[in-house]
Amino acid sequence: MSPLLDVENLRVTFPTRQGEFEAVRGVSFTLGKERLGIVGESGSGKSLTGRAILRLIRKPGRVEADKMELNGRDLLSMNKKQMQGVRGQEISMVMQDPKFSLNPVMTIANQIMEIYRFHTGASKKSAYAKGIEMLEAVSIRDPERVMKSYPHEMSGGMGQRIMIAMMLVTEPKILIADEPTSALDVSVQTQVMSIIDRLVRDRGMGLIFISHDLNLVSSFCDRVLIMYAGRVVEVLDAGKLHDAKHPYTRGLLGSLPRIDDPKTRLEVLQRDAKWREAPSVSGRI
Amino acid sequence: MSNIHIENLNVWFGEHEERVDAVKGATFDVPSGASFGLVGESGSGKSTILRAMVGLVPTWSGNMSVGELELGKKRPKAFYKDVQMVFQDPYASLHPRHSVDQMLGETLSLHGFKDIDNRIMQLLDDVGLGPAFRFRYPHQLSGGQRQRVAIARALAPKPTVILLDEPTSALDVSVQAEVLNLLADLREEHKLTYLMVSHNLAVVAHMCDATAVMKNGEIVEVMTVEDMRAMKPKHPYTKHLLDSSFGYRPDAEQSA
Repeated sequence: MSPLLDVENLRVTFPTRQGEFEAVRGVSFTLGKERLGIVGESGSGKSLTGRAILRLIRKPGRVEADKMELNGRDLLSMNKKQMQGVRGQEISMVMQDPKFSLNPVMTIANQIMEIYRFHTGASKKSAYAKGIEMLEAVSIRDPERVMKSYPHEMSGGMGQRIMIAMMLVTEPKILIADEPTSALDVSVQTQVMSIIDRLVRDRGMGLIFISHDLNLVSSFCDRVLIMYAGRVVEVLDAGKLHDAKHPYTRGLLGSLPRIDDPKTRLEVLQRDAKWREAPSVSGRI
Repeated sequence: MSNIHIENLNVWFGEHEERVDAVKGATFDVPSGASFGLVGESGSGKSTILRAMVGLVPTWSGNMSVGELELGKKRPKAFYKDVQMVFQDPYASLHPRHSVDQMLGETLSLHGFKDIDNRIMQLLDDVGLGPAFRFRYPHQLSGGQRQRVAIARALAPKPTVILLDEPTSALDVSVQAEVLNLLADLREEHKLTYLMVSHNLAVVAHMCDATAVMKNGEIVEVMTVEDMRAMKPKHPYTKHLLDSSFGYRPDAEQSA
């Protein structure tokens, strides 16, 4: 089966006064109808990888790749208008904090309907019905009331569910979730994860789940790419995270305090300059 | 050495119809030299307890004491020397235009220390930053280094109690490990009492001997670390928190 998304040797470069800075340095992976996790520390390039797929890197930043194909169509050579058709319709993205990604001066109804009508040209009435249906799908109890509200009237968990509803209203094939739960409380986190889980499974979508939380990713995804300094240092089946070989992955796991495994001291990660230079591991199948 | 005693603490914001009770009847004890955790979701009132203790929230009732000192509306100067606080976000809690030297020096001179020069060097050494960091500004430091500076500032007046408000939640896991190790070492070395707020149960289990679980302003359960490790919560909410902290389990769906 051909993959939904095929990325080979992706690079994201920013010019600085000290010369070019490569934030993502040759990342390769494929995405089928699966849940792919990308894990790394801040600054490892995981979020930029997600944004680069949608070409959301602002100039003077540059996105380059040997290959970046969505269902066999080249994403890099698309013009602005074609890209607009991909964003939100074929690939959607849920960002970290609903406070900053919802429009504060538009009602939820207007925001959901805008996306849906932009991509499908549907009537207002059917867009409204679709919006209600989506809000119900993300377990919002009183969708009629929520449709009339503004983002500031919603809690963080509600806001994130609304974001997910909005991103899935066009029934995209791929969802990129960039730390969708890290601004949320642990108890709400589980709820949002189970909604994403259900929607991805029911609709047969591909999911790219970007997070710094190793435990969460390994329990949620099928495969995990571990990123360090803009490169992939290891690719693992999620269930086998605890058999990781790379010292960086092992270090990250060791530095986590665990309830079931008390330690007097936590392991501290010793970084090795060699990791930075080692070639990127491919996540293509 | 100081123990903390909190009895029937109520904290509220606003008056009359707009009154919100942020903390309702909280009671707990922290023995001298121990480390005590407060966990719960956002809005459960855990940080408010710390803020009421240091006097940042004037609207409270009940009894609070640290060591021999019964806390009233006004606190003696010695209290501020004795009780220090470290805040969540090291990007927001350090003055952007003060160097590390100025920040530590100001705290020291306010508390009437002589020999500030040597004391600053000593503090930097205590938190594992070399003398090279002394004249740096916050933007020249990484998140972990900033939190070390915030800890050094808290240590400056030689306190016996440190209140920690989510000290590592803005940091990467590898940096979190370094900061937690540092905090454990400092407690040992300076015989400190910690009261630590966190939403991460694993962090609290690692650091604290006992933990109060809060929900909607009330303490629903005080559990020892042994009970937590044995997964023996008494309250269903604690069980839910414990379950959630083990990552995602499809079978635990909809338990929220």
